[in-house]
Amino acid sequence: MSDSNSGCGCGCGDGKGCAGAAKPSEKDVKDLKVIIGLEIHCQLNTKTKLFCGCSADFRDDAPNTHVCPICLGLPGALPKLNKQAVIYALKVAKALNLEISEVSEFSRKNYFYPDLPKGYQISQYDKPIALRGKMTVDDDEGHEKVIRITRIHLEEDPGRLVHKISRDRAGYTLVDYNRSSIPLIEIVTEPDLSSPKEARRFLNKLRATLEYLDVFDGEKEGSIRVDANISLEGHNRVECKNISSYKGVEKALTFEITRQRNLIRRGQEIVQETRHFLEGRGITTGSRSKEDENDYRYFPEPDLKPLRVKDWADKIELPELPDAKRERFMSQYKISVNHAKTLVGDIKVADFYEGILKNPAISKETELAATWVCDTLLGELYYRDMKIDAVPRECFADLVALLKDKKVTDKVAVDVLRAMLDDIHEGRKCAMPSETVEKSGLGKGSDDEFTEIIKKVVAANPQAVADYHSGKGNAINFIVGQIMKETKGRADPKSLNKLIVDYIASME
Amino acid sequence: MRYRFDAEDGNNAFITIVRDAEYKEGGVLSGIPVAVKDNISTKGIPTTCGSKILEGYVPPYDAHAVAMIKEAGAVIVGKTNMDEFGMGTTTENSAYFPTTNPCDRTCVPGGSSGGSAAAIASDMVPMALGSDTGGSIRCPAAFCGIVGLKPTYGRVSRFGLIAYSNSLEQIGPMAKNVTDVSKLMEVISKPDIYDSTAYNRPYVHTPSAQIKGKKIAVPKEYFGEGVDDKVADCVRGAISKLEEMGAEIIDCSIPSMKYALAAYYVTCTSEASSNLSRFDGVRFGPKVEMKRSWHDEYRDYRGERFGEEVQRRILLGTFALSAGYYGKYYAKAQVARSNIRNDFLRVLNEADLIAGPTMPNTAFKIGEKSSNPLEMYLADILTVPANLAGVPAISVPCGKVGGMPVGLQIIGRHFDEESVVDAAFAYEQEVN
Ligand SMILES: [Zn+2]
Repeated sequence: MSDSNSGCGCGCGDGKGCAGAAKPSEKDVKDLKVIIGLEIHCQLNTKTKLFCGCSADFRDDAPNTHVCPICLGLPGALPKLNKQAVIYALKVAKALNLEISEVSEFSRKNYFYPDLPKGYQISQYDKPIALRGKMTVDDDEGHEKVIRITRIHLEEDPGRLVHKISRDRAGYTLVDYNRSSIPLIEIVTEPDLSSPKEARRFLNKLRATLEYLDVFDGEKEGSIRVDANISLEGHNRVECKNISSYKGVEKALTFEITRQRNLIRRGQEIVQETRHFLEGRGITTGSRSKEDENDYRYFPEPDLKPLRVKDWADKIELPELPDAKRERFMSQYKISVNHAKTLVGDIKVADFYEGILKNPAISKETELAATWVCDTLLGELYYRDMKIDAVPRECFADLVALLKDKKVTDKVAVDVLRAMLDDIHEGRKCAMPSETVEKSGLGKGSDDEFTEIIKKVVAANPQAVADYHSGKGNAINFIVGQIMKETKGRADPKSLNKLIVDYIASME
Repeated sequence: MRYRFDAEDGNNAFITIVRDAEYKEGGVLSGIPVAVKDNISTKGIPTTCGSKILEGYVPPYDAHAVAMIKEAGAVIVGKTNMDEFGMGTTTENSAYFPTTNPCDRTCVPGGSSGGSAAAIASDMVPMALGSDTGGSIRCPAAFCGIVGLKPTYGRVSRFGLIAYSNSLEQIGPMAKNVTDVSKLMEVISKPDIYDSTAYNRPYVHTPSAQIKGKKIAVPKEYFGEGVDDKVADCVRGAISKLEEMGAEIIDCSIPSMKYALAAYYVTCTSEASSNLSRFDGVRFGPKVEMKRSWHDEYRDYRGERFGEEVQRRILLGTFALSAGYYGKYYAKAQVARSNIRNDFLRVLNEADLIAGPTMPNTAFKIGEKSSNPLEMYLADILTVPANLAGVPAISVPCGKVGGMPVGLQIIGRHFDEESVVDAAFAYEQEVN
């Protein structure tokens, strides 16, 4: 059923909703609770594929160069399980507090598709590697809540189809099996999420956790894919497939909630169905044909033995995870909860923060450093689509040191930071901020120097001085502005203000 | 070293013959021509599984068993005919041509490793590799009057064996005599880390004719309904011979045998329906221009290139695994299977070996059973239990009925091929 031409779904043939379904009030529709559950597929960044020895690092290489009889599904080839992938899955299971299954099992998920070399995917079905876990996330009011995790299982990625247009404009499709048999974990949550933003925060935290565990690289294209189940309280559930970005999840869910609310407003019933998210258009569409519906005919994979890996899990030692790191940052560095949350939200940011604090010049400036990383650096990086690893820690530490010693104003510091990031971004060598400031004379001037400039500006603007005398207090701002211009921001506005007032007073 | 293979193939035993072959001198099989069933991957030599869907497919790698025999110096002289994907008991289901029985060319050689058996029985090669999912080594061995061993499940790597039913099948040795079967078994049972279901239990053994004091159980079900009287008498005679030689014969029963065929056919068709999904024309096999939706192309490609019996089994297996039927068929079959395994374990706890006929009758006439698949399935009743239980079983010639060979089947404990081979060797030595 499409949105523009929606029947009421009860089979009465009425396009505008039928007598059977009463239209609810606007308030009722608005108050309907949103219920969201996620199925998240993440590629594990193992060295080799899940069932063969091919290198899993294929993204920069030509199609079909990371393949062998096993991942091509050649007749007679058998899967050989990659232990590292199992250990990675166990790490995730432990980090998310799941119970590791005493015995788990691989199953075949049978369906035909040209990117699926064997005609089945080796996955896990009724005996996944781990069950029942939880992770906390902040709800939309900022309160911590628990999201239950149903299960985690291991499976292999299929290949990838590449659609092309030939010279005669006819379309054709090529298959690249480099991705075939890359290890995936599927993490399934209970329907405990209550808003698209919350779902996105959950994903961000999940991503952070996986990166803390060093089992996942969220920056790799296509490394995460999400299916979302979404319903409004008391109504049918819709499954949204094919979401391949963090932003996409929020978009798809927001679109679905609006779509479902509108249907309910019109008194129509939600059809229980699978819909596809079209990332480019930000909408979901219903499946057109019955051919998309599969009976996967799961059965235990006869080529692999059941997994008994509980004692492997017991031996795994987890690194410090985001929640623990946040607590430690707050107590060790005495920084605010918001700064701590921002810093630990990405292990690279947390490591950067702790890295710059190693610089003896600023090792005690934990708050100042946190403020400049969280409130300035991250925004400037985001604006340039840059990663924090690109920023030399000694340069940033040097900048914080200049601020600590009050050698630059905040404004100059931001300018220096921007110039530094632009240099890195455009492939130039970035200079130490202290040298930049030295060379270009951007250092904070002395009061004597400023007094000279004040004299000049005041002499040139008698009207402003007169206004000031006649009680227009903000006439001083005009003078401050002029001086800031003259000093290229090297002066600190607050102390400047005082200098001006003192000077004007001394003129009388 | 080069090897010129000149033997004439009067029974259509081979799908591909390698007339000029190379081999590595020096191993235990040095310079011995060995035939390989066409469902076992051979690097550089076409491997079709007797199917048109793999016409022209040349594997880029060797099956583990093939690599091992090459390493031991064997000459791979060709790929032998078989029922398409191993699905059959007569080799008539080959998509290329039927193979005839060297003992009587109006008869089938048995199947599905009929080509390997015929190649040995007609003295083209002294030994060959077969594969046994529900009797595919033992049946043609019995029908052609040679020796064939189905190893314990997991004793020989399946890597490179084109899967029909993964949980049941094994590659195994076939030869004119027990000594050669044992020799070939020793080579192919070398461990392989690429088959996760294989065990590191290499077979290292020289046959010994000593069976004095061994307890041999004879299940009454192996002489029950459907077993030809003359075949039964012939096999009883062979068992008496073993008794004369000092073995202790005891009667036993395997009541779960009545579920064996059902459990077997549900399991093997289910697994086959999944295994054969990869034959879609995209990566290997005959080249196809896919101009319509992949869905239509797959349907027609598979419909045209799979034979009738293969399509029948894919449909059966697909049905057995379908939502709502899984519990009724596949899951039930696994329960029956574990009951059969337990029955065998129980009997083999009291006895060292089990003996009975390999097949309920001698080789059929060509065309005799090919029109009735169900009747054909019934012929597997005495061989499938060993596959369901995973135990080793050998077929050794024990006389003739109406001029056609009869096979004595000897079954042993898991990983006790040694006792199975010794008993067969003792019998062979005694009668020859
Ligand atoms: Zn590979």
